[in-house]
Amino acid sequence: MGALLFLVLAVLTVASALTVVLHPNPVKSALALIVTLFMLAVIFVLLEAHMIAALQIIVYAGAIMVLFLFVIMLLNLQNEDPDRGRRRLALRGLAWAGGLVLAIELALLVHGAPVGTPVATPAGYGGAEAVAKSLFTDFLLPFELTSILLLVAVVGAVVLAQKQRRPTIS
Amino acid sequence: MIEVGIAGVKALVVLLMVLNVSVLLLWVERKGSALIQDRIGANRANIFGVMPFNLGFLNTLVADPLKMITKEDMVPAGADKFLHFLAPFLAVFPVLVTFAAVPFGDRLVIGDTVINLQVADLDIGILYVLAMSSLAVYGVVLGGWASNSRWALLGGIRGSAQMISYEIAMGLALVGAVMTFGTLDLQAIARAQGHHFFGVIPAWGILYQPLGFLIFLIAGIAESKRVPFDLPEGESELISGYFTEYSGMKQAAFMLSDFAESVVVAGLATTLYFGAWQVPFLFRDGFHFPGGFVVAMPHLAVVALQFGSFLGKVFALCVFQILVRWTLPRYRYDQVMDLGWKYLLPLALANMLVTGVVIVLLG
Repeated sequence: MGALLFLVLAVLTVASALTVVLHPNPVKSALALIVTLFMLAVIFVLLEAHMIAALQIIVYAGAIMVLFLFVIMLLNLQNEDPDRGRRRLALRGLAWAGGLVLAIELALLVHGAPVGTPVATPAGYGGAEAVAKSLFTDFLLPFELTSILLLVAVVGAVVLAQKQRRPTIS
Repeated sequence: MIEVGIAGVKALVVLLMVLNVSVLLLWVERKGSALIQDRIGANRANIFGVMPFNLGFLNTLVADPLKMITKEDMVPAGADKFLHFLAPFLAVFPVLVTFAAVPFGDRLVIGDTVINLQVADLDIGILYVLAMSSLAVYGVVLGGWASNSRWALLGGIRGSAQMISYEIAMGLALVGAVMTFGTLDLQAIARAQGHHFFGVIPAWGILYQPLGFLIFLIAGIAESKRVPFDLPEGESELISGYFTEYSGMKQAAFMLSDFAESVVVAGLATTLYFGAWQVPFLFRDGFHFPGGFVVAMPHLAVVALQFGSFLGKVFALCVFQILVRWTLPRYRYDQVMDLGWKYLLPLALANMLVTGVVIVLLG
């Protein structure tokens, strides 16, 4: 049952991820990305990581992607024109090369991964309490550093977006 | 097999509850607004003009959907057909599934089976609710964008900015409640409100989190895009905003999602701040009034009372939202943003801080 569900989800996830890259319309690409993120959340639920699944939807599918869509709509981006100019061709070649390197890396990783028997997860694994405990004990320093990083980003955004003050004449 | 059946019945009960309360609200809204504005209100729905008295209630409930279903379904020229079709579904779906995590009763015991009166028993209930409500924005955005209309697009953009802004204040207001009860599980929160202060005052969440409730309610009304926060629709400027280009049942779906959203807000407020399904002094075996006065009650009567209490509270909060709607004028857009970011957000943060300090001091 679980394996079948995973298979269906995996196919849907990969299909929507491909749509993100291949669809010419930016709005539909963004929508496909939302579907991909939602499917990932469902896979997290299958892995008993309920907390991560909820956060995935709240943060990525629900907040960040709305901003993506918002910007795409505000800029009124049209369908991208395929094969325009030499520079685009070069970029495309670069993208293929990068993708190939990633694919090889992934294959090596999967190949080298230790194969063991699946272990039953302890009760409460992946729930809010377990995640919070490890976040505030073992991973406290990275957690706090991330929050400082985000704070810096917020301050930077405010500085960039604020209206220019006229220099006062002395 | 039986478990699947029970889960199905529970899901059906909750779905019908949300839909029926939403449709009832439509009628309360039309008649209530008439009452507030000293009009008669919807009185045209009559059967062949021979009804001796106007059963406005039933007639409107039947006539409105019939009208909606039989209307022509139009798709504007140049619209994105697929997304135009998809948007109403995306607007209704997240709202309806949100209620899955909201408990509508304590537990029902039939023979040896104990049924938890909640569709999905999630230990991350509140996060699930927030996740689903954060998806509700896509119906608005896509409805606005796919219509190929300037008014609709403006409405969609307004809607998305407003819903994202108020989601933050709403989430932070909920954090206060989560800190108070120490759990994300909505059923556990409901059970934690079962005792009484000094034996007489029911320990409902609003006593711990009055400011949190206020912020949650304001943000909730803003999330459901109703007056005074109906900028995304703003009929005096945008015709009807993001669903300008919708007709018939699809337009009805958008309206339904707004009403269902106010039901969801009322349901959550009831669960977190008004004791969920708790009835004052009612325990699992009957009433225990202060002074040792006990009225024993059969199990089924207790469950029915609890369900009735939940429904009654939800309906009262819905009616309150309608009163707000017909009392206040619409905000200007910059005022909406100011209220969300400059007032509600800092207040919610302060509420969190105070709650934390009090919890630490009380140990």
